[in-house]
Amino acid sequence: MTPLPLERTAAWLRAFDAAVHEHAAELTDLDRAIGDADHGSNMDRGMTAVAALDPAAFTDAAAYLKKAGMTLVSTVGGASGPLYGTFFLRFAAALEQPAVDAGEQGADLAAVVGAALRAGVEGVVARGKAAPGDKTMLDALLPAVDAYDAAAGQGLDAALSAAAAAAADGRAATIPLVALKGRASYLGERSAGHQDPGATSAALLMAAAAATLGAAEAS
Amino acid sequence: MKKLINDPASVVADALRGIELAHGDRLRVDHEQRVIFRADAPRPGKVGLVSGGGSGHEPLHGGYVGFGMLDAACAGEVFTSPVPDQIMAATRGVDGGAGVLHIVKNYTGDVMNFEMAAELAEAEAGTRVLAVVTNDDVAVEDSLYTAGRRGVGGTVLLEKIAGAAAEEGRDLAACAALAGRVNDRVRSMGMALTSCTVPAAGVPTFDLGEDEMEVGIGIHGEPGRRRVPLAPADEVAAMLVEPILADLAAAQIPTDGPAIVLVNGMGGTPLLELYGVYAEVARILAAHGVRIARNLVGNYITSLEMAGCSVTVLAADEEMLRLWDAPVDTPGLRWGR
Repeated sequence: MTPLPLERTAAWLRAFDAAVHEHAAELTDLDRAIGDADHGSNMDRGMTAVAALDPAAFTDAAAYLKKAGMTLVSTVGGASGPLYGTFFLRFAAALEQPAVDAGEQGADLAAVVGAALRAGVEGVVARGKAAPGDKTMLDALLPAVDAYDAAAGQGLDAALSAAAAAAADGRAATIPLVALKGRASYLGERSAGHQDPGATSAALLMAAAAATLGAAEAS
Repeated sequence: MKKLINDPASVVADALRGIELAHGDRLRVDHEQRVIFRADAPRPGKVGLVSGGGSGHEPLHGGYVGFGMLDAACAGEVFTSPVPDQIMAATRGVDGGAGVLHIVKNYTGDVMNFEMAAELAEAEAGTRVLAVVTNDDVAVEDSLYTAGRRGVGGTVLLEKIAGAAAEEGRDLAACAALAGRVNDRVRSMGMALTSCTVPAAGVPTFDLGEDEMEVGIGIHGEPGRRRVPLAPADEVAAMLVEPILADLAAAQIPTDGPAIVLVNGMGGTPLLELYGVYAEVARILAAHGVRIARNLVGNYITSLEMAGCSVTVLAADEEMLRLWDAPVDTPGLRWGR
């Protein structure tokens, strides 16, 4: 059993699904400017399938997130399917690692989630072979992980809030960048001036985590 | 959006039903996995050829499934690569014991999904898989700093030539090596007069003025490298052919052999105009001493209803020419039998 409660994990995925659904048209519009106009519809299709999973059918958060990752790989397509799928698969695998140092419950969980978050983002790096500043989802995810680690000592809620804020900043910071990976890279200089759709959905993922994974900490 | 469809969500499924009904004599369709198979796949002892990509490029790839070309093609959502499940189903379904060659266009999503599928197929079923990634688009100039050159029109020529090699019984390594050699010697460049509209998006991917065109486009409705004033066909032909010849020269690929040339419509340009472009392309190539041994003019790798064209030049050799002439029997290409 992983220390991350199943119901909080379900809330995270539901919140991300709701955010993707709400912002699907915006994500597709951003992708129309520098890509091929399908990021919103692809992510919406994938997260709808993830949201249809019954959390009660899984023994723990790791098994649930593994299935969510495989579902994204199997339904999204494009680059987003393997990248988001890999994020959740690696996140889940890290949850199964031996528990971190025993201690106060809240701080303990913060360390577990932090390690899982980093593993997930490192999976995205490995799969996509992108670097910071390439104008991809990593420009939201990498600062988020760093901000999380810096705030982890203050507990799960504070760390997740810091991560979500850093992801939002990272998303905004993609606007002036020239894309070096993905389909936007074919535009060269013309990709500058547009917010990256992948960084935008990644910021939604972190905002959803901040709103759900730590919310029940006090309870 | 004005399209002859039932519902944006069912475009691909509806087309697959039609493909099966239209070509049931030589194709069968796995509707659940969205894979178009050659009716007689798998062929024992024959290397299986699998390609695929986003839908919206018809006849690529499903139209090239059949004798002498592909054994299976995976149909992704419109302009979205297929997922690993589909590619694994295709790979297993065509493995006749001689292994499977994946023909992948160099787009980030296609490459990732095919890689994942190849890993899984090898791990779970022991299928031997090799891949060739096509990247013939010379519009992507500084490929060290991008996702690399896109795979475009050269993919059609490669599928035909590698398909003939597999049909005559060459082994997996030989098919892959030949495919790699074709990819090394083929170059393409495209342009657009209009955008296309992705059904799920509902509005044009980009706006182009009446007096403008995009040069250096791919096949996904993505904008090109440059937006320039509209020019007549002879000037457009020069804009497409000159970079191709310059790139072949820079790579020290001789163009004194038999060239195979494709003037391809992006889906919304009539043959009247494509033949006009072909005349200019042939004139320019002749002036450079390039001998066109074979040609294709028409819609072979499209971008929905986008208006525009691309030019592909393969600096072939006698072996490639012989394989090009070998019989082929698919919905999109058919000759020799």
